[in-house]
Amino acid sequence: MNQYKKIMETIQMIDREKLDIRTITMGISLLDCCDGDGEKARNKMYEKIVRKAEKLVATGEDIASKYGIPIINKRISVTPIALVAGASADESYVAYAEMMDRAARETGVNFIGGFSALVQKGFTKGDKILIDSIPEALSVTERVCSSLNVGDTRSGINMDAVKLMGDVIKRTAYLTRENDSIGCAKLVVFCNAVEDNPFMAGAFHGTGEADSVINVGVSGPGVVKSALEKVRGESFDQVAETIKKTAFKITRAGQLVAREAAETLGVPFGIVDLSLAPTPDVGDSVARIFEEMGLGAAGTHGTTAALAMLNDAVKKGGIMAAEHVGGLSGAFIPVSEDEGMIEAVRSGALSLDKLEAMTCVCSVGLDMIAIPGETPAASISGMIADEAAIGMINNKTTAVRVIPVHGKGFGEEAVFGGLLGTAPIMKVNPFSSELFIARGGRIPAPVHSFKN
Amino acid sequence: MKVVITVIGEDKTGIIANVSKTLWENGVNILDISQTIMQEYFAMIMMADISGMEIPFGELKKKLEKVGDSIQMDIRVQNEKIFKAMHQI
Repeated sequence: MNQYKKIMETIQMIDREKLDIRTITMGISLLDCCDGDGEKARNKMYEKIVRKAEKLVATGEDIASKYGIPIINKRISVTPIALVAGASADESYVAYAEMMDRAARETGVNFIGGFSALVQKGFTKGDKILIDSIPEALSVTERVCSSLNVGDTRSGINMDAVKLMGDVIKRTAYLTRENDSIGCAKLVVFCNAVEDNPFMAGAFHGTGEADSVINVGVSGPGVVKSALEKVRGESFDQVAETIKKTAFKITRAGQLVAREAAETLGVPFGIVDLSLAPTPDVGDSVARIFEEMGLGAAGTHGTTAALAMLNDAVKKGGIMAAEHVGGLSGAFIPVSEDEGMIEAVRSGALSLDKLEAMTCVCSVGLDMIAIPGETPAASISGMIADEAAIGMINNKTTAVRVIPVHGKGFGEEAVFGGLLGTAPIMKVNPFSSELFIARGGRIPAPVHSFKN
Repeated sequence: MKVVITVIGEDKTGIIANVSKTLWENGVNILDISQTIMQEYFAMIMMADISGMEIPFGELKKKLEKVGDSIQMDIRVQNEKIFKAMHQI
């Protein structure tokens, strides 16, 4: 291929196939901002976030202009607030979320993540206060994202936290009922959460990270689909090769942007997250890749295999293209944020049960799924427990971001707008999980040998 | 710094004249030019060196976009590193 053909290929990817850099996320540690006086602590945190991320948005825009590739989001992740607010005597952490929201507005980022707690093995005082504060925090802020880690492969699952989060999600849905319970779209419950994820709503800046760091998330489902159009009818060997090569090119663009952003901002480069992150736009869908592979719709028999191969090939192609790979890296399967997934749910091809199976092989979990507002808290906790178990046993990150849309039921739709999209409300298993969830305690960590 | 300038649209007279005039006025040195037909569209690709340019990159971009508007062509200027990164190991 001559160099001009390659130039036109890149331009076509950007112009027609929606290749973009999905996010530049600056991770900022707040560990040095703790104070016994909550107000002083928040002032220190605000000052640090704004100082560090002052030029983030402008730098992102300059890089996008220089290379002619869109950089859709500029975001900030901070140290889990439960860790840094615990030193104060505050009995609610809503003011910390409000401080984060102000800092996000001041710096011009569209989301700030880290209203979070890590409770896989138990709660500290700060963790408990944070969890209690989540519903109100998400209802009085616009740009704050919250996440909780309730389990991991080495600790097991904190079933008390799982139980609590069912209630927290319900309360958040109620408090944001005017907007189709949108607060729940900014709340993720993880198992095996990662410390360097640049994607929202689950981004937080882990304690093992440097003081500040630049992580970049790439995207490109449309580019993968277009590449696969050229190998219609060929064997899976060809399909895997094509995805790998495409993922390589996409990731190299991400690596270039990440390096340049880190150097310009004078902040260490962290990782590139190799993700196929869809948007509700036509031509930017992971579900349409499955159709291109030969499935009638996302969710039919064969979808899990298609996703497993896609996820693995994206990683294989991307790993060689980036200096450091991290985050969630793989294919995202959010329902409301993917035009093809939305259609698959509407047509009845895709069920909640199939989505659960797909989460065993994708990069995250039950993501952006609207369920009836009447779903009991215990059933939501049951979903969290199931996902956490899949993550714990399989050594992978799993997550639940479901939205029990207050006042709406199966067959209706929730409309969030923008990148969060539209979600048809899905059917939930009507049988009770109540007594199971009421037990509480911890599910012990699994054995790491005798794997069969 | 090397850039790639791409001009895409319906073929017509004066494309090279208009674009190269703007480049010349701003001290941009053209290194190579190629033309091709991509699907139904005409595409001209220029490699250029902007080290001697007297205006900031963003301004050149705006000026070329203006030229693009006047001749109804889509004009892009991109740092060549993006193409190297994506297509070379």
